[in-house]
Amino acid sequence: MSTLDDQAKEVSEDVADRVVETPTQKEGNQVDGSGGFIILFFFIGLIASLILGWIIYPKLLYSQKKQPIDFNHAIHMDLVDDGCESCHFFREDGSYSGVPKLAQCIDCHEEVQGETENEAVFVQEYVQKQKEVPWLVYSRQPDCVFFSHVVHVKTAQIDCTQCHGHIGESTNLKIYEENRITGYSRDIWGKNMSGYKKNSWDRMKMDDCAECHAKEKGMESSVQTKKDACFVCHK
Amino acid sequence: MKQEKAKKYGMVIDLDKCTGCGSCMVACMAENNVPFREDESDKLLSIAWMRVYKLTNGKPFPDTDICYLPRPCMHCEGHHGHSPCVSVCPATATDYSEETGIVSQIYTRCFGCRYCMAACPYHVRLFNWWDPVWPDGMEKSLSPNVSVRMRGVVEKCSFCFHRYQLTMDKAHMEGRRELEEDEYQTACTQACPAGAITFGDLNNPKHTVYRMVKPDHKQGGKPKNPKAFRLLERLGTNPKVYYLTSREWVRSMDDNYLKNESK
Repeated sequence: MSTLDDQAKEVSEDVADRVVETPTQKEGNQVDGSGGFIILFFFIGLIASLILGWIIYPKLLYSQKKQPIDFNHAIHMDLVDDGCESCHFFREDGSYSGVPKLAQCIDCHEEVQGETENEAVFVQEYVQKQKEVPWLVYSRQPDCVFFSHVVHVKTAQIDCTQCHGHIGESTNLKIYEENRITGYSRDIWGKNMSGYKKNSWDRMKMDDCAECHAKEKGMESSVQTKKDACFVCHK
Repeated sequence: MKQEKAKKYGMVIDLDKCTGCGSCMVACMAENNVPFREDESDKLLSIAWMRVYKLTNGKPFPDTDICYLPRPCMHCEGHHGHSPCVSVCPATATDYSEETGIVSQIYTRCFGCRYCMAACPYHVRLFNWWDPVWPDGMEKSLSPNVSVRMRGVVEKCSFCFHRYQLTMDKAHMEGRRELEEDEYQTACTQACPAGAITFGDLNNPKHTVYRMVKPDHKQGGKPKNPKAFRLLERLGTNPKVYYLTSREWVRSMDDNYLKNESK
């Protein structure tokens, strides 16, 4: 970018010089004037497309959806004994329960607890009607991905926050942003459009998985890539 | 992290036991969400990961004999994992894993050039000419453990790799790293009513497949059992699917021989 700017500056200086040299020639003045306009329009166009690409397009790309219930993780974390696994538990066959079903919530929420509006809506709309809550899952991966929680959590002893961040300490659920083209959650690509990530949980693309697998697992089982094989995380 | 011993999953199919019933084909299609069309009369366009071929010795009665040959993906090891399809794929959509010996196919990575189909000498790779269309309500019976394919990609047998993933999950839950032989079995193996298909780790001398064919790993897994053979052995693809038969005429069809050439 800087070189382009420099060139543009040089050109504009050139134009300025010529204007000084031929102040009396009317025709020359006109030509130089249009050159200035071209540069002006170039910059207007450049700035407009940058704004379009970096600010407007991402806003258009992601639709914003509100969760059906504004769940408070922090309150629940204070009440349960077993941390995240109290509700997001493993089954005996090693599969992971993921987002809790209504049956689990009913154990405590048969009746309205506390006085929040959320709680009243939850009991009225879902518990009494025996309807599952249509939670929007921020970390839902594409269909071709096989992710095993048990290997990461039990065997490799990776903390939940490594991938999910400090969701357990949150008091409300953020807006769910869905990619209108792919239908994936924005958390897969990450908030930052340019792909810059500060924390390990900022995004969860294939490269992020592969990076950690190369570092921690050190497998070179793939003949094609000399990294971990495709049939580890894919199905 | 401690590395487990590398596996080499393979299959032994006893052709003398196979009755050609096609249970393996049906089980495979149901297990792996294999798409089908309303009109399946053109077999060149239809998709079946496991296909049963009919062989005949071509002799008149009473010497006539028939043999059925089920053919899944051979999961060729080639030399150091360079199986024919893996070496030609320009998209890195197919891959050989040294950990399991399974040739993978990643549908979202494949762009449908079909170079692998041309490279595969066994015709195990199949192309999706259309998006799959399931009869009303049938999409509810699809397995969530196998991702469905879309139009324009190649697919093939995966040795039911999702079953490996699921049993590995169970093993990790129980603090194990190794699987028992019967824990990971393919759908066709379990479906065969004649018990003609055996599946297991060819690197493990305790597994039945090893004892049945006695693979010589110094020679690319060539079987030491004289009754066992592999298809197109002389190409050097080193397949991991072995066939067993006591019939000489069947064994002589394993490769292309010249008229005056002895096996």
